[in-house]
Amino acid sequence: MKDLDPLVFVAVFQEMLGILFWPLVAFVVLGAVALLAVLIRDRGLESRRLVRAEALGILGGFAAIALMLWVTASNPRDLLGGPIDWLVTLAIWIAGAFGTTIFLYVMQSLLSARVRTVPGERDRVHTFKAAE
Amino acid sequence: MEVSSRGMMTRRALLASVAGAASLIASGPVLSATKLATKARIVIAGAGAAGLSAASRLSQKLDGADIVLIDARKEHYYQPGFTLIAAGLQPKSYSISLTRDYLPAGVRLVEDSVAAFEPEQSRVRTAGGETIGYDFLIVATGLSLDYAAIEGMDTALIGRDGIGSVYAGPEAAEATGRLMAQFAETGGVGLFHRPATEMKCAGAPLKYTFLTDDRLRSTGMRDRSELIYAAQNKVLFSVPIVSEKVRMLFEDRGVKVRHDHVMTAIDPGRKIATFKTPSGPQQIGFDFVNVVPPMRAPQAVRASALAWQTGPFAADGWMEVDMHTLRHKRFANVFGVGDVAGVPKGKTAASVKWQVPVAVDHLVASLAGTTSTAHYNGYTSCPLITAVGRAMLVEFDYENNLTPSFPGVIAPLEELWVSWVMKKVALKPTYIAMLRGQA
Ligand SMILES: Cc1cc2nc3c(=O)[nH]c(=O)nc-3n(C[C@H](O)[C@H](O)[C@H](O)COP(=O)(O)OP(=O)(O)OC[C@H]3O[C@@H](n4cnc5c(N)ncnc54)[C@H](O)[C@@H]3O)c2cc1C
Repeated sequence: MKDLDPLVFVAVFQEMLGILFWPLVAFVVLGAVALLAVLIRDRGLESRRLVRAEALGILGGFAAIALMLWVTASNPRDLLGGPIDWLVTLAIWIAGAFGTTIFLYVMQSLLSARVRTVPGERDRVHTFKAAE
Repeated sequence: MEVSSRGMMTRRALLASVAGAASLIASGPVLSATKLATKARIVIAGAGAAGLSAASRLSQKLDGADIVLIDARKEHYYQPGFTLIAAGLQPKSYSISLTRDYLPAGVRLVEDSVAAFEPEQSRVRTAGGETIGYDFLIVATGLSLDYAAIEGMDTALIGRDGIGSVYAGPEAAEATGRLMAQFAETGGVGLFHRPATEMKCAGAPLKYTFLTDDRLRSTGMRDRSELIYAAQNKVLFSVPIVSEKVRMLFEDRGVKVRHDHVMTAIDPGRKIATFKTPSGPQQIGFDFVNVVPPMRAPQAVRASALAWQTGPFAADGWMEVDMHTLRHKRFANVFGVGDVAGVPKGKTAASVKWQVPVAVDHLVASLAGTTSTAHYNGYTSCPLITAVGRAMLVEFDYENNLTPSFPGVIAPLEELWVSWVMKKVALKPTYIAMLRGQA
């Protein structure tokens, strides 16, 4: 593959995901914007929410691997074909864990937005600056 | 500290995803900046992998050209999917779509077949009686499967009496898959082979041998079965290093190999196949067989002046094109791309991906009055499935060099999961993007 063009990857992903492509892109962009919004609003990360999100993120990593195995009709022992397989499996785990963590963090932050307006609630929000 | 570094990572990931999304939104179809204005009449015969991608590329590069695509079949077949269908991993619908879905704007589709090529007059005649003249012709008719050359064989037999054939089409692939699943329950003799002619995806008969072995192991019937692979010559694959690897894998899987065996007849009632060998006809009984017929250029090409007149490609009528430019050696306004091209190697969809841009570049250069240096090196690729969940990403060129796309990352001769993942999830989207001229 002499000229690996990033646009080729986009075209291939578009074909791969079909009608899911644009909703997924929208989901990722919205997630990113929402994360940015809550980071600005809370002036940093809130550690308890993050820890909870990360705990489930670990499971999200395994769920991503399970999904890939299902989509590719493979067996867990197929992941041991060679070093590149181990690396790809790790990358899938990281992507799943990261995605889940960000998603859950944003969801918690957005859901707690209403609670925050209750008087006295501010004290329960620990930003990093406050925690450090 | 740990927390803040995580916060940094999150922000960096976030920036990356925003940037990624922006590039996605900015992307449209790959358009070359300047189109060449022309009134040229271009005929493309065949709307398969090569014909459709040639049509897409030409319509991206030319403005005002009269492009006609001729193919009688309304359905488009994604043939690399046949192997997955015959393994029971996909339904037949996986490989079937409509040609019209990929038709680029401004290209006229004639639903007819070319009955005669008349390159001396720069025109083609269709089966429906239409005569269509051209300034440039791209022949992309693929090849024809000569089942009749095997005595006693008929495509109507596929799916009965232990006779399978992955090649004949989506229905045949599905019927073969059902038969293979039955065979895996009962065990017996599984017979695999390939023809002595040129063939598309020379790895496909090997893959199906491995897939049957894998299925027998999963049903626990492998030790009550015998698998035989009858090779047409002294090797298992035309690329020596790959042939040697397959030999080792067959030994590992207990597949028995017969050399110099060319199937000449099949007896469905007695379940016996007859092979031509240097020591006379040999018969092999089977409970399940994957018949791979001889392959030749389609009749209209074979009967025309476009075919090779001498040399190894003449007998089966492959098109006489230059192996590096795909331009016809005697008719400069004719190109041959895809399976029909009389070149060593190159009969895979992956080859089409490299051939079509080269031929199109030369054609457009001729229209512009310039010359092109685009060059096809024989790139051929075939993810050689060795089990469900494992494959070898075998890629090579005219010189039998391995030409890995990911050198040092994806080893071509290792049975890897990532190579399987590519075959299973990335190949079809790449193929479709190629039809649309985007890959
Ligand atoms: C079982 C199997 C497995 C395969 N696996 C792989 C794989 O893993 N990887 C890979 O890269 N490739 C694979 N291939 C090969 C790949 O499918 C072909 O190489 C590719 O489709 C060739 O493209 P083409 O356009 O030359 O021919 P085709 O795609 O076959 O298209 C030819 C078209 O021409 C039309 N036509 C024929 N005669 C005429 C006529 N006289 N007039 C007008 N139109 C005509 C036909 O209707 C057809 O639509 C496989 C093929 C098979 C069968």
